[in-house]
Amino acid sequence: MNTIDHHWQRFTLKQKLSRYAVYLVLVIAFVQSIQSVEVIPEFLLDAPEQMADMFTRMWPIDFAYYPVAVHDAMIETLNIATLGTLITLIFAIPLALMNASNIVNSAWCHWISRFFLVSSRSVNSLVWALLFVSIFGPGVIAGVLAIAFRSIGFVGKLLGEAIEEVNMGSIEALKATGASWMSILLKGYWPQVLPAFFSIVLFRWDINVRESAVLGLVGAGGIGVVLDDSMNLFQWDRVAMSLLAIFVIVILAEIVVVNIRKRLL
Amino acid sequence: MAGINTPQNRENPFKQNWFVTATWLLVICYVLYSFNAMGLSWERFNDGLGHASNLLGRMVPPNFSRWSLLMSGLIESLEIAIISSICGIFISLFLGLFAARNMMPSWVSTPVRTLIALCRTFHPVIIAILFVKSVGFGALAGILTLVVASIGFIAKLFAEAIEEISLKQVEAIRATGAGFTSIILFSVMPQVFSRFIGFSTYQLDSNLRNSTMVGIVGAGGLGGTLFSAFQRFDYDFVAAILIVIIALIMFGEFLSNIVRRIFR
Repeated sequence: MNTIDHHWQRFTLKQKLSRYAVYLVLVIAFVQSIQSVEVIPEFLLDAPEQMADMFTRMWPIDFAYYPVAVHDAMIETLNIATLGTLITLIFAIPLALMNASNIVNSAWCHWISRFFLVSSRSVNSLVWALLFVSIFGPGVIAGVLAIAFRSIGFVGKLLGEAIEEVNMGSIEALKATGASWMSILLKGYWPQVLPAFFSIVLFRWDINVRESAVLGLVGAGGIGVVLDDSMNLFQWDRVAMSLLAIFVIVILAEIVVVNIRKRLL
Repeated sequence: MAGINTPQNRENPFKQNWFVTATWLLVICYVLYSFNAMGLSWERFNDGLGHASNLLGRMVPPNFSRWSLLMSGLIESLEIAIISSICGIFISLFLGLFAARNMMPSWVSTPVRTLIALCRTFHPVIIAILFVKSVGFGALAGILTLVVASIGFIAKLFAEAIEEISLKQVEAIRATGAGFTSIILFSVMPQVFSRFIGFSTYQLDSNLRNSTMVGIVGAGGLGGTLFSAFQRFDYDFVAAILIVIIALIMFGEFLSNIVRRIFR
């Protein structure tokens, strides 16, 4: 008689062992880090009190400061984010085309484009800003270029993936008519990647609005400069005003992006 | 004769869309206006290119002679990333569960959702500044910052993952008379676990990137070393730090790929 004594197991022994190894490594890393990181316990215990103190100093928000300095800086921040996103496209579109295996079929081109895309993403926007501040001096230009160079990797990677996903049927039809490569790009690829293109650009613009708000801390223009100045002078009510302005603009940007995407897709 | 006749009045498939044309014109006008507002002149750009070549020239042999400083910053960055990822992911587990609308009544999920949205709104650097001002310079501020950033990202995605689960398994477990904890452990978690691992490895990766940056405002890690090297115009040391950061991030990507493959 054939009895059912088969013991069902979800994972093989090797899978189990490797999973436990990951957990073990995590625990060891955590314990090791906790032990060696230099955290002063008094500071940790003191933290809630200090934070409460900071918020009470922030409380009566200095709304009168908005027309004085915050408004212009906010407009500058939006300009940095928008212009940075637009400049990104100049670099990101060629790199995306080079990275898409259905357009360029050469391993060399893939490697070059991937190198640029990865290094653009690896360097944080604040670090890009530091670099451009030492090149162009403090100001909006450094901010715009920092945003642009940081976004190249993101936009280029996602756009390249969108190009790789197009339906090749219409491309082949265009090729069969003897169309030039420019018209193949414009009439074959472009209509198909259009929705993806706009949603990627809008998404990045939304991120850039957040990022451009902090670039001023290293001197690259925008609301961050106002924030930094009032923080150095311990004018916490003005800091609160700047933070509130950033909060509002970030929420507004998100609402705008969500609405445009709804219409687009 | 039945030849190939081309009907002249067929519709052009690529019609001129005036709305789109107008939008592009608007974009061009905006770019011209904002270039004007920035005060970017050709001379300034040219000067900048001169400075850039100067800067690159000074960066080129990267200077690894102060490697002990570099290593201590690197290790601190790593520690900040590990501690904050593990704490952040652990807290997000609960917050994500509380924020899922199909698991919790709305008087629980709405405030938790607001908290998560608040964590996500501000850039980590701004949060880092606030923490530096309240808990002082050093790694603690960096850890707290990245915990907040992790909550904003993982708890949101985790809540969305829980909202997408199939409720049939939940009902099956509930029918056996299981308590709330067992329902979560045996019907909800198995359905979302693999996605949760995906989010967590991504967050570990992004915490690794951000831990090298929060130091710029004094929250510990390699960023502080980088910022002071910039201020001292030690561009060859800056180049060394940037190389180390890129190597660290590549290493992190390699590790998270391994973890993802194990938990697939």
